[in-house]
Amino acid sequence: MSQDIEASFVKTFSGGPQIRVENLRTSGPALTTVLFGTSGSGKTTVLRCLAGLEQPEEGSIRFGDEVWFEARGPLLPPQKRAVGFVPQEYALFPHLSVAHNIGYGLNRVRHRERQERIRETIVWLGLEGLERRRPAELSGGQRQRVALARALIGRPRLLLLDEPLSALDGPTRLRLRGDLRQLLKQLGIPTLLVTHERTEALALGDQLIVMDGGRLVQRGPVHEVFSRPTNVAVAGIVAMETVQPGRVVESADGLVSVVVGQSKLVSLSSHLPPGTEVYICIRAEDVVLVKGLPARSSPRNSLSVVVKALVPEGPIMRIELDGGFPLAAILTRQACEDLALRPGEQVTALVKAPQIHLIPR
Amino acid sequence: MTREDWQLIGFTARMAATSTLVILPVGLALAWCLARAQWRGKVLLETAVMLPLVLPPVVTGLALLKWFGRRGACGSWLHDTLGLDLIFTWRAVVLALAVMSLPLLVLASKSAFEEVDQTFEQIARTLGAGEWRIFFTITLPLARRGILAGTLLAFARALGEFGATIMVAGNIPGQTTTLSVAVYQYVQLGEDAHAWVLAGISASVAFLAVLLASGHLVRRTKR
Repeated sequence: MSQDIEASFVKTFSGGPQIRVENLRTSGPALTTVLFGTSGSGKTTVLRCLAGLEQPEEGSIRFGDEVWFEARGPLLPPQKRAVGFVPQEYALFPHLSVAHNIGYGLNRVRHRERQERIRETIVWLGLEGLERRRPAELSGGQRQRVALARALIGRPRLLLLDEPLSALDGPTRLRLRGDLRQLLKQLGIPTLLVTHERTEALALGDQLIVMDGGRLVQRGPVHEVFSRPTNVAVAGIVAMETVQPGRVVESADGLVSVVVGQSKLVSLSSHLPPGTEVYICIRAEDVVLVKGLPARSSPRNSLSVVVKALVPEGPIMRIELDGGFPLAAILTRQACEDLALRPGEQVTALVKAPQIHLIPR
Repeated sequence: MTREDWQLIGFTARMAATSTLVILPVGLALAWCLARAQWRGKVLLETAVMLPLVLPPVVTGLALLKWFGRRGACGSWLHDTLGLDLIFTWRAVVLALAVMSLPLLVLASKSAFEEVDQTFEQIARTLGAGEWRIFFTITLPLARRGILAGTLLAFARALGEFGATIMVAGNIPGQTTTLSVAVYQYVQLGEDAHAWVLAGISASVAFLAVLLASGHLVRRTKR
């Protein structure tokens, strides 16, 4: 039987924000649900309510057929929930060794079995040789694994991870992202993960829930939410690079033509009649740049644009373009050099019709 | 230094150590309640505990004399049920020292508890630990430096207590006379040289205790 969280609750901070969660569900064993949003949107509070560290005022929290919280009912204390919670910065007990940190939750288990399980967990997470170290003597990546080991050794039924990678430096973060994904797949327990990083959500999540101002504003498969936000606020939160106002001028055979500035773009939609005011959304990685006149090409949208600026972002280059409206593209640095792009240059931008997402205004 | 002087020092140290041991569980419980628990009347309790710090010690002593005297509320109960008399015995010395040094222990321990990040305690809860286990394995060890400093300060304060002690325990040589009471007595008797010897010993012990205590506090903030 699949055990999942089903929660709807309200948590109000005196004189502060209100968190209103409606129908939060995890998506089954071995699946990771990402809570995504800017800081202050209430993501951490949701995790803390599920862990039993905060008490909501209204609503209910259920896990499978267990009631963890019900308004005016008793609150199931965190000790009885069997939840693995890894907070931001990990909160390893600074005065205990790695082995004692990992074994902290096993005090009711007999000594021999406890030692055995600590040993297994240490080997499983590749922490051999660090048993006697204190948290202060560990690298960021090692700390993260100790925190995971401590949370997982008690065989939790639900895993809650609050920004599990944000305490790490850039290269380590990239490396551990892959490891963490592997681990979550292996575990086979529902996981709820909080992040504000798009790349982390894409790499680690199966389902995505966008939070804004204490509410769950959109949910769905990660790629879908990122490429098809339901409103402009979500488009902003998922950092959609190009969001521009436009108007539908033609609608036929599931295709619509939208006028944006001086340009006419083609997109897919069957339900937007001519005259509808919309926002067009284009992800920067979906924009293809071509130099010189292209021969015939399949993308339905071909715009003549001027390069305004090139902004390096690590291994990639972000190109700001002007085609009557601002448009952003992302290329690898190599592609950028091949095209010898310079500010002021005229190029052609190609975008496929399905990659232009429309939000009715 | 006469044999009596050594006995006096030994007795004073024993009294101070006993009173420190007595206030340790009480003081830690109070400090934890003041630092962690949320309840009405917290401010009142805190004020009551801190009062001996600002009241004239003689006034504190007078109040203790009233309560723990044979006709006082606590004194009569102790006499009737346990057959215990406090006033003008070594137990009164311990009582006076305990009440006078408790605020220092509570003050230091309370801020030590407050400095412990509550995330650690919350994580321990999600790992299944009960509140007592959390206190003894997480909160107390993480607050240990501040508590040790507070204990040393309380001990030093107890070593030098005068006003409250003389009110409730009097000055019975060999039974209730402490170092500071003896210093006062020698000055009264015009034996200044003798008084200075004891004063020197008293000052050195106090200096050592404060040095150790602030050493602990400094190391704690440096970490």
